[in-house]
Amino acid sequence: MESNAIRYEEVELLLNDLYAQYGYDFSEYSKASLQRRIHRLFTLDKFPSFAEFRYRLQSDSHYFRRFVEEITVNVTEMLRDPSFYRALRTTILPVLSTYPFIRIWHAGCSTGEEVYSVAILLKEAGLLHKSLLYGTDINPQVIDKARKGIFPVSQMQKYSENYIQSGGVRDFSSYYTANYHLAKFDSALTAKMIFSAHNLVSDFSFNEFQLILCRNTLIYFERDLQSKVFKLFDYSLENFGYLALGSKESLRFSPIADRYRQVGKEKIWRKIHEAG
Amino acid sequence: MKPVDPHAIPPPVSRLLVIGGSAGSLQVILSLLAAIGDDFPMPVLIVLHRNGGFESSLEDLFSTRTNLAIKEVEEKELLRTGTVYLCPADYHVLLEKDYSFSLDYSERIHFSRPSIDVTFRSAADIFGPGLICLLLSGGNADGAEGMQYVQEKGGVTIVQDPATADVPYMPQQAISRMNVDFIIPTDEIPGFVRQLGRSESPSGPHK
Repeated sequence: MESNAIRYEEVELLLNDLYAQYGYDFSEYSKASLQRRIHRLFTLDKFPSFAEFRYRLQSDSHYFRRFVEEITVNVTEMLRDPSFYRALRTTILPVLSTYPFIRIWHAGCSTGEEVYSVAILLKEAGLLHKSLLYGTDINPQVIDKARKGIFPVSQMQKYSENYIQSGGVRDFSSYYTANYHLAKFDSALTAKMIFSAHNLVSDFSFNEFQLILCRNTLIYFERDLQSKVFKLFDYSLENFGYLALGSKESLRFSPIADRYRQVGKEKIWRKIHEAG
Repeated sequence: MKPVDPHAIPPPVSRLLVIGGSAGSLQVILSLLAAIGDDFPMPVLIVLHRNGGFESSLEDLFSTRTNLAIKEVEEKELLRTGTVYLCPADYHVLLEKDYSFSLDYSERIHFSRPSIDVTFRSAADIFGPGLICLLLSGGNADGAEGMQYVQEKGGVTIVQDPATADVPYMPQQAISRMNVDFIIPTDEIPGFVRQLGRSESPSGPHK
């Protein structure tokens, strides 16, 4: 069984194919994680050989879509790391409230749980009416899910606990309507969101924001690609805007580090100078 | 504390000890750290199932037993000898060809993140026969599959003797799945691992 494991050399072959044929460039993704995801898909779909797996990817664009969906990690939750959201409430939103119009970018938003989380915070701060939340992801399928705002009811107890720990004082269930095993979030939240496919590797800046969140996406990129993406964020962030990263990610060794200052203990940085 | 650039290039490493533990494994890890010595000739990576929120206290606890540096894995950080690495709560830890760490927030494996299977497998791809993996007490099946892969790649496989483990299920899973290289009683594990580190052969002493 293990002799069938996808080897690193085979991963390289696939990545070259996919770039040549579909224009998706995964060459600067962290290889260990990528290899594991590709091996997992290969096993899951029961390919008898690497050659057949490769041929299917070359010859079937629908299967390529499945490939993108399965090798990118789409695990997310609402109000993950409640202390982070507490910091957003108490430190960041009061500053954002001084702007006439607030633009927020969730880069790598997956199925959108984080976008809905921030929308709830904005609503409670009385800022949602003058905010726009942009959610982007490389993967069009998850973007479709995000747009619907429908999540499993089974998650709601956990999310409700996160909500309370993040400083929420309302009834979390007032934000959604439960129907059988699904919870549909309030369309007043969705109305302030714009979702679209965007590839951090190859696509450009598309607006200027006061807050960019990119949490647990950069860990899948090699350092050079991380640096490129940090520059993209820097370019897309207004002066004195904020950049929020995942709990194990850091701006510290990036090329833009000297123009940013960390705010408190959470992984939130404020831009203090424009690029020279 | 002076900030050290974790990306500065350390001397190359050819061997690695990975310890996988769950319920009932903490005391074994503490005794092991106390016994392996400050000159243990390879990095140590600990994959411990735990809840979030008490990682710093765990680092402090480990620091009381050894003069080796104890730190939580940072993404892209390069492995160095003289250091004991702890997997952060809620992330899988993988190794890259350049001996750096990658973090991964994908699905739990055996209800676990970090998963021992994930790290064993990934480390085996990089270190092959230079890998020593140790599976300790625990109540789920994590680690057994990864350990089998380590053996296929020529690495050394050791489990805590289930008869002496607080929770025998996890090491027992490995034993029933494969022919584990060494099954060691709890109180002999620290000395055994220390000796294994000292042996010159990259794949450890022979059975």
